[in-house]
Amino acid sequence: MTNKLLLMPRASRPREVQFPSRRIIDRAGGHAFMMTTAFPLLIVILMIVALLVRTRPILESKPIGDLLLGQTWHPLRGEFGFYPFIIGTLWITLAAMLLAVPPCLLSAVFLAEYARPVIGAIMKPLLDLLAGIPSVVYGVWGLVAIVPWVQTIAAPASQQWLDFLPFFAVNNTTGYSILAGAIVLAVMVAPVIISVTYEVMQAVPDGLRESSLAVGATRWQTIKHVVVPKAAPGILIGIVLGFSRAFGETMAVLMVVGNVPRVPSSIFDPAYPLTALIANNYGEMLSIPLYDSALMGAALVLLMVVLIFNLASALLLQHILRRSQT
Amino acid sequence: METHISIRNLNAHYQDQQALKNISLDIPKNQITVIIGPSGCGKTTLLKSMNRFLDLVSGTQISGDVLIDDESIYAPSVDVTEVRKKVGLLLQRPFPLPMSIYDNVAYGLRIHSMHTRGHSLDTAVQHYLEMAGLWDEVKDRLHAPAARLSVGQQQRLCLARGLAVEPEILLGDEPTSALDPLSALNIEKRLMALKEQYTIVLVTHILRQAKRLADYAVFMYLGEMVEHGPAQQVLENPQQERTRAYLEGEF
Repeated sequence: MTNKLLLMPRASRPREVQFPSRRIIDRAGGHAFMMTTAFPLLIVILMIVALLVRTRPILESKPIGDLLLGQTWHPLRGEFGFYPFIIGTLWITLAAMLLAVPPCLLSAVFLAEYARPVIGAIMKPLLDLLAGIPSVVYGVWGLVAIVPWVQTIAAPASQQWLDFLPFFAVNNTTGYSILAGAIVLAVMVAPVIISVTYEVMQAVPDGLRESSLAVGATRWQTIKHVVVPKAAPGILIGIVLGFSRAFGETMAVLMVVGNVPRVPSSIFDPAYPLTALIANNYGEMLSIPLYDSALMGAALVLLMVVLIFNLASALLLQHILRRSQT
Repeated sequence: METHISIRNLNAHYQDQQALKNISLDIPKNQITVIIGPSGCGKTTLLKSMNRFLDLVSGTQISGDVLIDDESIYAPSVDVTEVRKKVGLLLQRPFPLPMSIYDNVAYGLRIHSMHTRGHSLDTAVQHYLEMAGLWDEVKDRLHAPAARLSVGQQQRLCLARGLAVEPEILLGDEPTSALDPLSALNIEKRLMALKEQYTIVLVTHILRQAKRLADYAVFMYLGEMVEHGPAQQVLENPQQERTRAYLEGEF
């Protein structure tokens, strides 16, 4: 129908199918695309502004140093110290990444360099599937499997063998701990890290591998000196993506870390990450003065931590790219 | 004429397709042997059988043998990395490793810990860059990333990198096909100079290049070796109808 209309001379087409000039559509399209692209950025800016506005009451009544470094969280007494939550977030994220990154890199190297292509073709969709499992499912798994495991196996073992190490001391753990949170989180971020790293390593041209093999390098030498350096910026991006997910993950972590607002000193201590603080408390007891504003402040702090982290990794990436110059 | 590489009843299959059909060929020492033929005729497969690069393609089956200096390179006891050290390869287009010019040349020396045996790395790097005709162009920026060189320079760098591990044989898989005419001519000049010390085997689809370089010529067609012999004979006065047809541009 439309085709037939298009074939008619312009003037004799019915009025409603006379198209505006292609150039107008083209220009309008360009603007529309730009606006949709700018939209997410606008939302982030609006979020920061809104958080700042809502945080103002507490910023006006307390010095910022007391908020960021205050150790006690006692809303009824008007004490709002974010320090235990900030440290809790950092501990859990760091522990999760320490657990996740080394095995993930090895898996990606295996998939990209050693495995037959068919194994990669099977694993890729499987990894994407794992990445898509709702976090509450991981949380339940953590509750029924990891928390008891930490309490009955990991903690006693650590007490016996690793007690002298600074971050491995055990004091009456219930299993709800940084370790449990970190394990659940590590399993959650692993598919993302493996999948990105694997793809990046696959993108390294075969000619580079062949060039290295052609002078008699072994496969491992080729990986170490050629493939990994070439893929380094992309590998870093994979790790950063993992970190970002780990920082923001709320549900699964909240279910297994114990949520005790105290500064942890061991991986067997419970912790209370910023995300869990906001998720657990917002909407309740908001009659307490400044409580609402304090939770908004927590959100702002979380946003800042993630922004600073992303900025730092972007700078590191720039540095690596400049050094490799390829 | 001394034989350097002997190919004996070599067959190669990719999955269900036969890429090489019972090839037997002696490649003369310190000469340039050129393999010609239409695309898909198996010339690159034949070339890559000589440094065990066919191993890299999964699903390849090989029967028969390739002997270098009368020793089989397919024997189970053979160390593949040693074969590849002895047989250099120039790829179709240059792939500088993601490191500096200096490190590219030093790469093989370091991999095989050759620089610890007496001579200094600096001297070696300079020597091989000179052999590849690149020294004068890069001596002031040895530590710049190799990727900044022009494509022609990159291919000479790859040549230097290959020479640095002291091979006896150089293979070239259409090594000038990605280069501009001047750079290509430069590589050809290098190869002519190098045949004094090395046995060179080149795959090319450029007949004029074959005529310029070849001492010995091999014509392949559909996985078969149709004709081989001194270049003069194969390229100017072929005995086989199919060779003649190819040389006259019929396919």
